[in-house]
Amino acid sequence: MKVASEFVHNLKELPREEWLAPGSALCAGCGGLATLRLMHKALGGDVVIVNAAGCLTLLATYPFTAVRSSWLYTTMGSAPAGAQGIRDALDILIARGRLPAHEDLKVLVVAGDGATLDIGLSSMSGAIHRGLDFYYLCYDNEAYGNTGFQTSSATPYGSRTATSPPTPRHQAGTVQPKKDLFALWLAQRPPYAATVSLADPLDLTDKVCRAGQLHGPRLFHALATCPPGWGYDPEESHRLAKLALDTGIWPLKEAVNGQVRHTYIPDRLHSVEEYLRGQRRFEHLFVPNRQEEVLAAIQANVNHYWQEVKQRELHRAD
Amino acid sequence: MRVPLVLDQESPKDTRTGRRMLTGNAAAAWAARLADVDYVPAFPITPQTEIIEQLASWTARGLMPSKFVILDSEHSMLTAAGAAAATGCRVFTATSSQGLLYGLEVLYTVAGWRVPLVLINVSRGVSAPITLEPDHNDVLAARDSGWLQFHAETCQEVLDLVLLAYRLAEDPSVQLPVLVNMDGFYLSFTREPVELPSPEQVRRFLPPFTPRHAQFRASRPVAQGVGALGGPIYSFFRHQLHLAQRQALPAFSQATRDFADLFGRSYDVIEPYRLDDAEIVLVMLGSFATRARAAIQALRAEGKRVGLLRLRMVRPWPGAALAQALAGRRAVAVLDQNLSPGRGGILFAEVAASLLERPDRPAIVRSFIGGLGGKDIGPAEFRHVVRVLEEARPGDNPDEPELLYTEADFCQVQGLVRQAHPDSPPLEG
Repeated sequence: MKVASEFVHNLKELPREEWLAPGSALCAGCGGLATLRLMHKALGGDVVIVNAAGCLTLLATYPFTAVRSSWLYTTMGSAPAGAQGIRDALDILIARGRLPAHEDLKVLVVAGDGATLDIGLSSMSGAIHRGLDFYYLCYDNEAYGNTGFQTSSATPYGSRTATSPPTPRHQAGTVQPKKDLFALWLAQRPPYAATVSLADPLDLTDKVCRAGQLHGPRLFHALATCPPGWGYDPEESHRLAKLALDTGIWPLKEAVNGQVRHTYIPDRLHSVEEYLRGQRRFEHLFVPNRQEEVLAAIQANVNHYWQEVKQRELHRAD
Repeated sequence: MRVPLVLDQESPKDTRTGRRMLTGNAAAAWAARLADVDYVPAFPITPQTEIIEQLASWTARGLMPSKFVILDSEHSMLTAAGAAAATGCRVFTATSSQGLLYGLEVLYTVAGWRVPLVLINVSRGVSAPITLEPDHNDVLAARDSGWLQFHAETCQEVLDLVLLAYRLAEDPSVQLPVLVNMDGFYLSFTREPVELPSPEQVRRFLPPFTPRHAQFRASRPVAQGVGALGGPIYSFFRHQLHLAQRQALPAFSQATRDFADLFGRSYDVIEPYRLDDAEIVLVMLGSFATRARAAIQALRAEGKRVGLLRLRMVRPWPGAALAQALAGRRAVAVLDQNLSPGRGGILFAEVAASLLERPDRPAIVRSFIGGLGGKDIGPAEFRHVVRVLEEARPGDNPDEPELLYTEADFCQVQGLVRQAHPDSPPLEG
């Protein structure tokens, strides 16, 4: 089941303007970059990006920038506080008549999963708590990608990373479950939070447009495909992103003023193995031996999630 | 009976400018108010908290048009401060000790952004052991961050240095953030007479902020704080920061001349006391210099030719002025209220380096450590320092700092330990 689009109905309706210039230092097939491109199209041009240390920091290296809008790199742990400073300053300057209102900017934090869920958690939580009027894009490639793919608290159970190698003692590789960013935001009652995917640009654009009608902290949590970290050919990015949706591993949902709904509920879930098999970070689950318990646990977790969703949302629709 | 709540009025006593009895914290808050700052991001920490409480009260009551925001840490606070300055606001904030260290990464970051803003640090010793009273290990940890660094001796100077700090920070030839330090307790909580200038006077010295640097606006996209891949680019920008710091020396002279014309108080990068014919000179920072003045008066009465040189500025380092003032003296004692374990006093090394190549440099330059964690430096200790210098011979410098610590100090610790553990053996010290 797919929720009908409200703002855009086919790809031709996506804004034509490009806000990211070609020729950055980022990897081919980077899901974070593809997501930012789509999100920026939906936001339009009057944007200042406040960046936390991560892969996308490489978008602006002196004397070049691939971003046609404004940009401030802060630190790894305090991009939301940078957004606070810029938002407050713009409000002050406009209120005091030192900046015309048409010079105002939308403030967008762009941070990876480690900057979001580990080192920057208190800074992000503080910004939500203060009701800061900003957009937050977390491009989640499920590890510290820029440093060579080490475990973050967004790394899913069963993933190999450079700091969670599968061993006889820890056969799954990463043994902890992934931290739930969407739930963390919801606990602070923001006006808007959503998960998005580069594999569904209409859904993503629709959500950005819907969030644009609201005021306050607004989350966009994107699964960011990562060819070198996940271990696959860059041309597979779109297919993997799509498989993450069809296997139910990456649910598409949003919460408007706390009211959660899934914008895509797969009628039939593909087996998680279809998604896992194509990535070297999960290779140890299949060779030399199938790790049945780990695979079953991952599948059961996904099944359980969707059972609950279907009970809650499909029954509500009846 | 309902009592009307009046939010936008101030008692006449509150608004009175002119001569007032103010603590260092109150003087700092008044400085921010008189500087007409746009934005105050804040986070509480003792002994600085009164500053932000006062500013919170004034902004909440509409007495200051600034926006006041409590952040989630000093790291966030300094990031918000720098980002607001990069957007074109005049920004004030304050911290202390652990907070300064928690935000240290951001001190380096915003200095690299070349944005003007002013931060008060209320000195407090650094954990562990956790403590509340002052020394300078906190603020000297920020020494190499790129911020200009001023040290106040009096509550009046706290106010004046903040106003001067904005002039310097916003000077197109400088464009750097400024840290103004006052000692916790000794200044932060001590009431002294302070001349509060009128807002009109201050406006003449410090006109409204017109940012010359890049700022964020829709019609003119800019990228700030971008990466520098490769040593040549990085070295270029770091050296630019150094050159901007050096520009602050002539800019400070100009600013203090204007300040003296308007307010009648003149400041130099160093402050001499009874230096004219002094053979022995003490070099110090901050409020403990007041203790040294009293000791010097007593020693002078005994005919000892002792003087004081207080550094008002640590960054940029006023090496030339300092060396000039110390040239030709017999002996110099650097009293560091900090300790770099394994080395000694931080300022001692800097003072010695500035004297190194002068042929007329003092033959004796000694390092003393005192006042750690708020421990007083009393008349007996100053007397001891002078006696050591009198007896010192060139070449017998043991290259070891001497800790100023009295028998009474030791007995106090021993007494407390005995209370807690009556059977314990005596401390060795």
